[in-house]
Amino acid sequence: MSRPDRTSRVSKEIDENLKRAYEDVANQELPTRFTDLLEQLREKDAAGSKKDGANDN
Amino acid sequence: MTTDPKEEIVTHLGAMRAFAMSLTRNSALADDIVQDALVKAWTNIGSFQAGTNMRAWLFTILRNTYYSHHRKRKREVEDTEGELSAGLAQKPDHDGRLQMRDFNAAFGLLPEEQREALVLVGAGGFSYEEAAETCGVAVGTIKSRVNRGRAKLVELMDISDDEAMEATEAVTQGIVTMNQSIA
Repeated sequence: MSRPDRTSRVSKEIDENLKRAYEDVANQELPTRFTDLLEQLREKDAAGSKKDGANDN
Repeated sequence: MTTDPKEEIVTHLGAMRAFAMSLTRNSALADDIVQDALVKAWTNIGSFQAGTNMRAWLFTILRNTYYSHHRKRKREVEDTEGELSAGLAQKPDHDGRLQMRDFNAAFGLLPEEQREALVLVGAGGFSYEEAAETCGVAVGTIKSRVNRGRAKLVELMDISDDEAMEATEAVTQGIVTMNQSIA
């Protein structure tokens, strides 16, 4: 009976598929909507701390 | 040089996008959620306790964003985008290997809570404890979700992996039927 072998093989394949799908997205270059947004957030922070005359880092 | 925790957020954005994608199964919606979560995290960085697990903190914000605002919209856009249907358009290859398309189709059939538990633990490298913290449930609950999700996938994949054509037809038909009943 190859059943248990097969089940554990399928289990292993599940993990590999999960990882591949996850890492495919995780390792993608950030879309510009995010790099643009980060730039805006940083600029806003910079403007805010200049106004306060204090840096809360 | 700078130890601003905000800049640490940036290093987790890729993982956040991957997690959001697994929750939504829709890349445009996933990025909408990540964007909202990023702004929330950035502006509420004061509530992050230095020295604690930033990834778990971010993923908690991310999933709260998803469950409170975007879950309903997902149902509306899912069918029009038709990612699942696209995945099913191609018959599984019978070379004894699981195919990504089959896997995606099967994975999409799991309940959300099993999907997120599987992704956090199986792909994201979260410990059961970290995943439990992120999802706001007991460690035992996460373990049982992972086990049930895995068992269900084994069941689904095992059948579609079968060489018997009837079985393939049956599961394909089953997935299509279930997909339609979800919509």
